[in-house]
Amino acid sequence: MTQQIEDRYFGVGHRTLIKPSSGWRSFDFREIWAYRDLLGLLAWRDISVRYKQSVAGFGWAVFQPLMTMVIFTIIFGKFAGLPSDGLPYPIFAYCALLPWNYFSQSLSGSSDSLVGSSYLITKVYFPRLILPLSRVTSGLVDFAVAFVILLAMMAWYRIAPTAGILLLPVFMLVAMVTALGAGLWLTALNVKYRDVKFVVPFLTQFWMYASPVAYSTSLVPERWRFLYGLNPMAGVIEGFRWALLGKSAPDFSMMVISLAAVCLILFTGLLYFKRMEKSFADIV
Amino acid sequence: MPVIRVDHLGKKYALGQVHGDLLSERLSNNLRRLFDRLGRGGDPSPRAYPLSPKEEFWALRDVSFEINQGEVVGIIGRNGAGKTTLLKILSRITEPTEGYAEIYGRVGSLLEVGTGFHPELTGRENVFLNGTILGMKRAEIRKKFDEIVAFAEVEKFIDTPVKRYSSGMYVRLAFAVAAHLEPEILLVDEVLAVGDAAFQKKCLGKMGEVAKEGRTVLFVSHNMGAVESLCEKAIYIDKGRVAAISSSEDVISRYVNDLSESSSVALRLRTDRIGNGRIRATGIGVHSNEAVSSKVIRVGESTSIAVDYEVQWEGKCDNVTIAIDIDDMVHNRIVTLWSKFNNEYFFNLKKRGKLICEIPELCLRSGSYFLNISIQENAVLSDYIRNACVLDVEYGKYYDSGMEPVGGQGFILQRFHWKME
Repeated sequence: MTQQIEDRYFGVGHRTLIKPSSGWRSFDFREIWAYRDLLGLLAWRDISVRYKQSVAGFGWAVFQPLMTMVIFTIIFGKFAGLPSDGLPYPIFAYCALLPWNYFSQSLSGSSDSLVGSSYLITKVYFPRLILPLSRVTSGLVDFAVAFVILLAMMAWYRIAPTAGILLLPVFMLVAMVTALGAGLWLTALNVKYRDVKFVVPFLTQFWMYASPVAYSTSLVPERWRFLYGLNPMAGVIEGFRWALLGKSAPDFSMMVISLAAVCLILFTGLLYFKRMEKSFADIV
Repeated sequence: MPVIRVDHLGKKYALGQVHGDLLSERLSNNLRRLFDRLGRGGDPSPRAYPLSPKEEFWALRDVSFEINQGEVVGIIGRNGAGKTTLLKILSRITEPTEGYAEIYGRVGSLLEVGTGFHPELTGRENVFLNGTILGMKRAEIRKKFDEIVAFAEVEKFIDTPVKRYSSGMYVRLAFAVAAHLEPEILLVDEVLAVGDAAFQKKCLGKMGEVAKEGRTVLFVSHNMGAVESLCEKAIYIDKGRVAAISSSEDVISRYVNDLSESSSVALRLRTDRIGNGRIRATGIGVHSNEAVSSKVIRVGESTSIAVDYEVQWEGKCDNVTIAIDIDDMVHNRIVTLWSKFNNEYFFNLKKRGKLICEIPELCLRSGSYFLNISIQENAVLSDYIRNACVLDVEYGKYYDSGMEPVGGQGFILQRFHWKME
């Protein structure tokens, strides 16, 4: 199967037709599969370049969420006295910071992926979707490193994960797809409108306060939950706390809304990206 | 059997759009229009503030040709004629606006050497990265790795980050990866213009090998010598259209002919110039200081090249330097006569005037040459005109025997004496 797909794109004597594309074409996902080597390599490059010539190296992947956790614990846990659903505040925050940091890093990475790789886009062909995809993939390594610390903290606080831990990959996937969907919009817009690079830091900050990172969803009034669920990251973070820390299960209807929102973001993101794709090399 | 078929290919650029636009510009335009409408009691007049009109520009139009398997074809033409656009369409980097192209076979395109090289990564890592970007499979790179490293002559430094490489090593490694691509069809853009002469020669050799293996090569170049020796066929593109397709010899002579014609246009009317335009060259004349007729320049004669200029802005022009490049007909740079080499700077330029270059002895062998003019003010380029004029140098008795170097005996003449001791 794989061989067939590869031959279709790289085989001897295969035919390539080059013509103006029209309208909203569908994505050629088989082509992306054929280019998976490149995807892997670009993701690997991101990771390996990120910590080159830094003394702490991957330590930073741990240090960042840990420091944020300390700050949150002091400000929101102690000073503001925000409730943490009966959990120790540090682990309550850290458990949310993991998917959140992954998400915000992937979002800003993928928003910059096209403009930041203009030297590739203007010189060589490959499916452009590879670029934002590689950015949301490379963040997984930092996530995994920071996750080990979470396990250690759980052992320290003597918190056992629930069976819900089996659903953790699903929550992670939702975070990934949300970052990708929003990233597709932003990165395609960024090619034409460099305003995006000013919007993204603000957007991530805003998005963080709209997600239950520092506080618990239980603080959100019941009648606003519907609106709150539109933010897929709310579902993801609540899902993490449920699966790992045994917090009460997340609101089912909120999860459904979150999933619907994810699908919408991804689908429209793909469409917009595809529509703009042909002009990337000309205007980037 | 044709492996590349190009049919009425065209590419249009909207000039205003080329560098992207700011969202704010659009928004403010829309807002202005809205307020305007409100102010005039709802009279909708869309033309009040139109978006800046976008000029269209066809970088390529009506281009059709076929290339058969195993042909090595050169693409020549002036800068901005659309050669690179053609290559970019064929390598699917950008989409055509009209027409289509069909390609049978695995395409390798080389618009630049070292695409995707990352300075922080080691030579080894970059070979894999660059190879994959150019479309090689990982197993393929592994197989050829030693060969690539040997070709680049960087064995000792292969695990050093490439940011510590000398520029020569960097280019060699980058080209080595590209040279080991094994596509059926290779699209190459002017990449040979990098590296030192010895390495360029090696690359040309490699290109020749590729051609002998029966692969199809499309090769954009300014180096007519390379095109003539590598390609049996050439395509001359002018202003986005195919001006000639034929044997490379014929096409090159046609191209050179066109070039010398265009250079006779008065400099004042030339628009294909770059620089900030504060000082502009408006004329150029070459005169012999010796001969009966100053129009004819002979080898070895005392010659002056006078450039007329005009200052186009109100301020003072100081620290002005001027250079004339002398290129042969196939654009080999023979010599650059830059006033800065002699510490000659000009101050307080008049509104109009001449800058004159005195050459005591013109040591070029007979033939035709292109002159490029560039003028700099405070180290900023004011004006640059390529092929500003053609200089015809006639045979003259320079050496005592009356002989002149021919063929591979060099491009310049030089006073010398042999003696025995």
